[in-house]
Amino acid sequence: MSQLRLMWRKSLNAVMLTLTGVAAFGVVSILFLILGYLIWNGGRSLNWDFFTQLPKPVGESGGGMANAIVGSLKLLLLAALIGLPVGLIAGVYLAEFGGRTFSFVIRYTTDLLNGVPSIVIGIFAYSLAVLPVKHFSTLAGGFALGMMVVPITVRATEEFLRAVPGSLREGAMALGASKWRTIATVVLPAASGGIITGMLLSLARVAGETAPLLFTAFSNRFWSPGWNQPIASLPVMIYTYAIAPYDDWHRQAWAAGLILLSLVLLANLGCRLVLSGRGATRSN
Amino acid sequence: METTPAVSHKEAPVRFSISNLNFFYGAKQAVFNLNLKIPANKVTALIGPSGCGKSTFLRTLNRMNDTIRHSRVQGDILLDGQDILGMDVVKLRRRVGMVFQRPNPFPKSIYDNVAYGLRINGYTGRLDDLVEKSLKRAALWEEVKDALHKSAFALSGGQQQRLCIARALAVDPEVLLLDEPCSALDPVTTAKIEELMFHLKDSCTMAIVTHNMQQAARASDFTAFMLDGKLIEHNETSKLFTTPQDPRTEAYITGRFG
Repeated sequence: MSQLRLMWRKSLNAVMLTLTGVAAFGVVSILFLILGYLIWNGGRSLNWDFFTQLPKPVGESGGGMANAIVGSLKLLLLAALIGLPVGLIAGVYLAEFGGRTFSFVIRYTTDLLNGVPSIVIGIFAYSLAVLPVKHFSTLAGGFALGMMVVPITVRATEEFLRAVPGSLREGAMALGASKWRTIATVVLPAASGGIITGMLLSLARVAGETAPLLFTAFSNRFWSPGWNQPIASLPVMIYTYAIAPYDDWHRQAWAAGLILLSLVLLANLGCRLVLSGRGATRSN
Repeated sequence: METTPAVSHKEAPVRFSISNLNFFYGAKQAVFNLNLKIPANKVTALIGPSGCGKSTFLRTLNRMNDTIRHSRVQGDILLDGQDILGMDVVKLRRRVGMVFQRPNPFPKSIYDNVAYGLRINGYTGRLDDLVEKSLKRAALWEEVKDALHKSAFALSGGQQQRLCIARALAVDPEVLLLDEPCSALDPVTTAKIEELMFHLKDSCTMAIVTHNMQQAARASDFTAFMLDGKLIEHNETSKLFTTPQDPRTEAYITGRFG
């Protein structure tokens, strides 16, 4: 009887161990399948023209996505200008000043905002920044992305500020620094590595957002000077090109996907480097 | 009323004069009706078992407890005759510096750590000279003079603590409060800091909280013994350790509790 039970327990153990291993392998292989597929398909379609040329008129093959690359960068710049300062300052409030009830409300709201589907953010930006002026614009797209940057930045700022030991704050205040002075000159610099990482990650995340751009920044096939016209971006171009009936466009959509993913991976890698560099000096 | 044995301060003027001090964390009282005079250019040690309120008391002297929610101070604390409870806290802390239990250098260079207090106080003179002078006063200059722009975290624990002392000394405080400054340090480094305190007496009044009775006996001129938030006995260190007046003091310094 007990012999049987022991065998049953041993085999159950083996089965569960195998299951966890298979699931973990599955997670890793999904990423590598996507990566491999992108590199295989996108890499073949990448050439110098892709970075320097505008899209060719419909029906002609060749051309590139220079306008979408610049467009994505412009949209991200706007999103950063709108979202990062708000997120940073709100995060400082939560970590350093907030009372209990009000902080709870802000924290909860921030988490909800983080969970709002991006298409809903898009409608909101559309009704606020597109409908009144009756045309799509870079500004409206940047505004939509900026709203999505806020919650991640708030929480990253708060968490990394909280990780700064209280003894540093006391040290500065014991020297006669005011609370704001302490935060600006000691606490924020001590947390800067983590906060910058959070900011980069939030930008990397919205760099791939398509839904909120479809009806705010829209898209076009030309250079888009200034901030008040529709503008092309990599994700929207991928969407448009992928569902088009031309093989040449499909190839370019793969190439755009590869570029977008590389940007995100580079941002992640940059964060790791920043963090590990800081970590080495901070641990003592 | 606790009786505080009369201590002759004839040879030294009083820097801090504390009378009828009560301190509360919310409803919990941590310091009871405390009366104490801290003489200028001397080292006063505060001893007592854990939780007796000695650190809390020390932290009222530069109002570090202000940051604790629901805390409350009653009584008078006079610094050179001026009431510190009504004083601008920034000005007070410039005059009364503090060194903490664990070294807490800022994540900046050695130089910037020492210059921090000067910079935030709007000092416009030559920083280099004052940084050098402060590091010399903290007996750290020789060890770091070639590495001033390296991170303060590269220093050893004892060096970091002396850096924190240099940082506090840079703004030239009249009083230096030391909250168990050696509890995280080895005996050799502890000896260095005690020697340093001896030399600082020329320019500075010091109050030190310590768990280590040998340290109090070695490094201080006056000792105050606290128990359960009350000041039990205060006397010249040599007298308090050789002929304690109160049986509780005797019990504590002979190691029968605490």
